[in-house]
Order: sequence, then structure tokens, then C-alpha cells
Amino acid sequence: MRLIAMKQLTLLLAFTAGALHVNTALAQMDDGEMRKQASNDSSVGRDPHAYSDGFTLTEGPYSQTGPRQLKLADEHAFWAVLGDRLEYQQDSTDSAVSSTLYDVQAWYGTTFDRFVVKAEGDIANGTLEESSTDLLWGHAFNAYFDTQLGIRLDQTDKGKNRQWLALGFQGLAPYWFEVDITGYIGDEGRTALSAEAEYELLLIQRLILQPRAELNLFGMDDPENRVGSGVSNLGLGLRLRYEFSRQFAPYVGVEWTNTYGDTADYRRADGESTSDTKFVMGLRFWF
Amino acid sequence: MTPLFQPLPYNRRRFVQGLVAGGALAATPRWLHAALNDMTELGSAPVLSGREINLVIAETRVNFTGVSRMATTINGSIPAPTLRLREGDEVTIRVSNNLPVSTSIHWHGILLPYQMDGVPGISFRGIAPGETFIYRFTLRQSGTYWYHSHSGFQEMTGMYGALIIEPREGERHQADQDFVVELSDWTDEEPMHAFSKLKVQSDVYNFSQPTFFDFTADVSKMGLQAALEKRQMWNRMRMNPTDLADLSAATFTYLMNGTTPAGNWTGRFKHGDRVRLRFINAASNSFYDVRIPGLRLTVIQADGQDVEPVTVDEFRFGPGETYDVMVDPSNDAYTIFAQSMDRSGYARGTLALQQGLVAPMPEPDPVEWLTMADMMGAMNHGADKDGMDHGSMNQDSMSMGAPETRTMPHSKMSMDHSMHGMQKDSKNPLAKASSTVRHARTEYGASVDQRVNTPSTKIDDPGIGLRNLSQRGLRPEGHRVLTLADLKSIDGVLDDRRPPARELELHLTGNMERYSWSFDGLEFGKSTPVSLRQNERVRIILQNDTMMTHPMHLHGMWSELETDQGELRVRRHTIPVQPAQRISYLTTPHDLGRWAWHCHLLFHMDAGMFREVVVS
Repeated sequence: MRLIAMKQLTLLLAFTAGALHVNTALAQMDDGEMRKQASNDSSVGRDPHAYSDGFTLTEGPYSQTGPRQLKLADEHAFWAVLGDRLEYQQDSTDSAVSSTLYDVQAWYGTTFDRFVVKAEGDIANGTLEESSTDLLWGHAFNAYFDTQLGIRLDQTDKGKNRQWLALGFQGLAPYWFEVDITGYIGDEGRTALSAEAEYELLLIQRLILQPRAELNLFGMDDPENRVGSGVSNLGLGLRLRYEFSRQFAPYVGVEWTNTYGDTADYRRADGESTSDTKFVMGLRFWF
Repeated sequence: MTPLFQPLPYNRRRFVQGLVAGGALAATPRWLHAALNDMTELGSAPVLSGREINLVIAETRVNFTGVSRMATTINGSIPAPTLRLREGDEVTIRVSNNLPVSTSIHWHGILLPYQMDGVPGISFRGIAPGETFIYRFTLRQSGTYWYHSHSGFQEMTGMYGALIIEPREGERHQADQDFVVELSDWTDEEPMHAFSKLKVQSDVYNFSQPTFFDFTADVSKMGLQAALEKRQMWNRMRMNPTDLADLSAATFTYLMNGTTPAGNWTGRFKHGDRVRLRFINAASNSFYDVRIPGLRLTVIQADGQDVEPVTVDEFRFGPGETYDVMVDPSNDAYTIFAQSMDRSGYARGTLALQQGLVAPMPEPDPVEWLTMADMMGAMNHGADKDGMDHGSMNQDSMSMGAPETRTMPHSKMSMDHSMHGMQKDSKNPLAKASSTVRHARTEYGASVDQRVNTPSTKIDDPGIGLRNLSQRGLRPEGHRVLTLADLKSIDGVLDDRRPPARELELHLTGNMERYSWSFDGLEFGKSTPVSLRQNERVRIILQNDTMMTHPMHLHGMWSELETDQGELRVRRHTIPVQPAQRISYLTTPHDLGRWAWHCHLLFHMDAGMFREVVVS
């Protein structure tokens, strides 16, 4: 037991080192792209410090003594909690089958570096059936996207808990699609990929239709958790919310989920349906 | 931080209008007394004059909207007392801090030793709680100015007042009535709370966003393809065409002389009076479009400096700017109407023969979408995205278009053509501002969401929402809106006629999605100072790579605006730079020291659109 824990810890450390390297490489790639663009530009990228004569905010003539006093919001940390989905779900065919879902993201940090927590889970019959929690370091990759690096902890009361190392992108794609794509590496060579996209269609200023898509892929079968390799499931949702304030918006909607491949086979073997449609009712909030 | 379940916003009308008798509840006895006895005094600040002034900063309970809130005030009133000082006097102003936090006062537009400029961390250490700081300086100028806190968001919570310096040799323009018209904005929210909301969702206060039903209306009006095309660029670029103000009437109540629209500040005149109105934009984050239906406005001063009188019907000004205007009223009452630039609300007051008379209120204008020109500047290739590039992951735009078309603004090219002879005469390469766009290397990072490659160098654009008003049926025929090109300092004001010895180029940058603002993609904390030599003549080129207008305020020295042909025009202390615009101004720093240079939209400043300037 102790040995397994040590092995996992070593793997975790090794992966973290590797992923840090990847994140740094991505940052350098960004920097390289920047230089390339700058050199494509006829100006070759002006030096933003060219007019400083070597002076800094704390050194040079007439600077105030002691540590720098003037710090603006760019050096402050902010935080937020965003509850994208906090909802009651009811099966369309069997109204007795219901559960509660939470999908909350929180962050603390500056404009370009943040500690991010993503928490998602299902509660049915008063117990937390399954949940997954990502603990990530988010770093601004470009104007609209952050790279995210960290771990994911999966908990399930039916199968086996899993731990993953996570590396992903989250941000705003052209045409206003909120996108979140994360790749995972677990123990025993497990891999997974999760992709989410959301769009917000303002019918009027406060009445907003939100289509949502979620896709999950796995690298290998995980019979204990009834998940097969390849595309395991696709979820498509449509939620209509009314923003009493931008921060407080109840909604109703519908969510359709379909399973594929081996995952669908597991479902069939378990006597479950491979797809379901749920009516949802919930609250979107942030503060 | 934020209450999760916020009460519903007030219904728009009540929110914009505010309370009739809103304002400071616990004002100094003198002011309160005046307010109770004479309704015209409501909202008009007390006047202090002489060579010695005492100011006390304290928390004061106010109520503008029906909700009691704590404000930071100077001598208990909002606005702060109007200081009437005299050119040439040495003044001593004692500022006592009764707040639990550090404070400061900055004398906006005043030339003085840098230790007196009042920017904590740059000019001095600030005024600690319980401390009294003595400002002492000689007034080397005259005109309409203002003063405000330069600490945190204290300006936004009430610390602003008018500063009028009477010229030694008497006023150039005689007036029978002389009113300060100070426009500001009030929010019941804690400013840092509002700021942090913008950090989470930068359009949180925008309730004029494009909607699906706007789209269907456009489809039936202009057809599907045109309606799609109208939106295509914005959506691809992740830019909002109604991003005209970060904060709106969804949180603001707009004030005129500290009075809500419902309170209707009134200035009284007698028939035959010439009335001077000293408009000061003391708002934290709001541009105003000001007009007085029925009256033409003769602008005689801009930023306290005399200009050749120019008669217009409307003007736009941003936080920090001032305009002195002469009017000749002949009716019994007129409405002073100041719409916020995003058209979400307005400040309003009245000029009338007596208190209680009112004139009709104009309808607020519809929201006008920003145009492609506001995004890209001079569009020399039609409605293509050639003129700009956007964020990263968008390399195609970088390779499109020949360098010379991207770097040669359109207006520049046509001007060059017509001015060919002139250009030949001028051997000095610095005779006019360089038109070659040079983005900083740090503009290619996560802090910048767009860069403009073909900026407009025109200064005669009234700006979004004020273009072609008569043609659009929003104003009478012949309605004239002031532009920067209409402003010309009177002879003798621009006394340094030397051509610049060098030029500096800086870009105004931002990332709306992350709500971050900067110069050259560097927020203040990452920046280094701009170093200037005492008495040198230097040109500053500011190019706006964002879609918002930024009122740029340079402390400690004048900003002398020129045309793109190098013609020196007008002396300002705050210059609004429009989206995708590239303007230049000359300055001669006489006073040694460190000075602040920033966007006067308070939230942009605090987000990092702020530089230090060292004069040595």
C-alpha cells in the first residue's frame, strides 16, 4: 500500500516536472510567435523600455525612497466563484429518476496567473454519487486563452476513485464560444480528454439561451468505472436563463447525453440505456 | 466579496433620475444651512477663496438613490468646495485627513513643483490618517481647473471639486453669471467591488448588447447576408460593438453639481445676461455629450486655456477635461443635457429665470454601434480586417497587406498628396509626427487583444454617437458638434515654437475580456518611466490600439496638440484619444521631478494604463 502510494507520488512528481516543462515551452512558443509576428511587422517590435534611460519605478532621479508604494490593480489578486450549473435534473421518461448536479469554477489570482478550482458532481438519493475536482494553475497563453496545469481528483461511490494530472486550455474562441479542453494522464497509462463548449445567445438583454456541448474520451478501458476507450459520451444541452442581475440567473433546460463504443456496451451489459434526456432546472450565479 | 443574491436593480428610470434631494446628509453646518435655505444652492458647492485654504477629508453619509452610503468628501460636500484663487498668488492649502486610510489631493492641470502634485508613491507619500499636509505653490496660470483625490477610488466616492484661477489681468470674456457645471457619476457599489465584477465579466454593466431580436430586425430590414456581415467581424474578433463604457447607468447615477437628474440643479440668470458655464468632467468613468437645446455654445476655454471662440451646439468630453462656454439665453428656461456616451443615462440641470422653471427634456439618443473605422482606423482596404490584427492565434492578418499600406494611414496618404509642396519645403524629418506604426514588442502578448495597423490621424471626428446627427434626424439641421480640430489656442498661449528634437511613440492598449489596460501592453507594475529632459521640446505620439476613447492626462506639463501635418493647435492637460486614432502632441517639461501620466477613466488607470514620467 505504502509502496503504491510512493510509486504514485513519484509518477506525480515526474509528470508535474514534465508538464511544467510543457507549460514553459508553450509560454516560450507564445513568446516565439510574438517575436516572429513582431519581426513580420515592419517595425520589428519597438522596445517598450526605450524611453526609460535606464530608470525604473524605484530607481533614478526623484524616485520615492523605500519600497514601491504605488501598486495598481495589475498587481492585486482578485477572486471569483462562478456557478455555471447548479441544477435539478429529472429523467424525461421516468420522473422518479432525478439527481442534482453542480458545476462550479472558482479562481484566485491576477490577470495572468490564477489558481483555478473546477468542481463538478452528481448528487442522487442524498449522496455524492460521483464528482471530479480539478486543481489547476492557470496562466495566460494569449489574449483570450489560459493554459491550465494541475491535477484532477475523481471520486465515485460505485467504481474506483482516480487521480489524474491535467493540462488544458480554457478561454474564449472566435465567435464567442467559451471553450475548455483538458487532457489527463492517470496511473497505469490511463489518458483522457474532456472538451466543453458553451455559447450565449442574448434573446433580449436579460433572457439568454445557452447551448452547451461536452465530449469525453478515454485512452483505455476502465471496467471498474464502466468507461470504455475512445469517445465515451457526448452531452448536448440547451438552457434558457433570465438574468435578474448578471450574477443571478435561474434557468430551465434540457440535456441529452449519449454514450458510445465500449462505454455504451458497459451500459447495455448493466441493463442501462445508452442515452438519456433530462429536463433541468437550476441557477447560474457568480460572485 | 459580493452578496450572492443582489437585490434587483432599481427600475431604470428611478435609477437614472435619483433622488430629488439626494446628496451629502452630514454636510458641514454651513453648507447644510445654505442647502436648506436656498434651493438653488442644492448641490452647488460652497466657494472658498483667498491665499489660505483649509480642507478636511472625511467620510460623509450620502443618499443619491434612496440607499444610504458612505462617501469620501472634502469639507463635507459633493462636489468639494469650489476654490477661487488668483493667478500669481502663492497659496497655502492645508489638507487634513480624517479618513481611516491614506488620502491625497491632486491639482488637475496645475503647473507646480512635483512634491505638490499629490500622487501618492510618485510625488509624495500621501496624507496618512490624522495627518495634515500643507500644499504650497504659486499659481502660474489662470482658468478653470479641478482637484481630486489621487488615492485608490476616493475620487469616485466624492472627492472632486472645481478650482478656478482668476487671471491677474481680468477675464477676457465678461459674463453676468458664472456657473461651475461639474459633471460626475455616483455608484452605490463599493468601487473595488465594481472593478472586481468587471474582472469576472467585462460587459457586466452593458445592457445595450446586440441581441438575437436585433439580428432578426436587421434581417428583415437589410436581408440575411447584410445582417450577418454586420456582425461577422465583431463576432470573429470577440469584440462588442456596444462596448462604449465599462460602467453604465446600471450602476451609475449621473450627477450635475452633485445633483441627480430628478434634483435638477438650476442656475439662475436674468434676461439679457451673458452666462459663463465652466463645464468640468469630474466623473470617474463617464464621457458626457453635453448640449443645451435652444442655445448655441461658444467655447472660450479648453482645459483652462483660452481658445479662439468657437460656436457649437454640442460637445463631448471625458473625465479630466474642462470646457468654458458662453451662452446668451433669451428664453425663460433651458435644459442642460449631458448624456453618457453609452446612452444608458444622463445628467441634467436647468438654466432658468427662477428656480422651478423647467424646459423640455430631450429624448436620449439610441445606442449607435461602433463602426469598422473605430476598430481599424483609416480603412484603406474597405471592410476587410487588413487594417488590424487581433490577439494571438491570428497570424493570417499579419501577413496580409503590403507593409506600406498597413503602415501608411489613409488620411495621411491623401494629405501627403495635397500637401506635397509643403512637405518638400520642410527639411526637418520631425516637422510632423511619424506615421509609421511601430507596435511595441510587448503588444504581442496576453495583455493586448488588438493592434491597429492603419490608424486614423484625423482630429476632426466627433466620435461614435455624434456623427451625422442631423442626417440621422437626431438633431436639427446644421447641428454642430465640437471636435479637437475646432480648438485653437489664442495667440501667445503656445509660446514654445521650437520644433521637437525627438519623438516618442506609445500605444494605448488593453484586453477587454481580461479587463486589463496598459501602455504598450505593459501594465503599470511592469513598466518603466518615460524619461524627459528639462526644457526639451519633445513630441509624444499616442496611438489608441483599443476600441474605447481614453482621456490621457499628463501631469506637470502641457500637452500641446498638433495636426498630422505638424501644425500646433491647442494646449491641453487632458487629451481624449479615440479608438484606432493616432494623435501627437508636443510638450516642454519645465518642472523637474516625477509625474503621473494616465488614462483618466479611473478604472483604466487603476487597471494599469498608467506611466511615470521623469523630468531630469
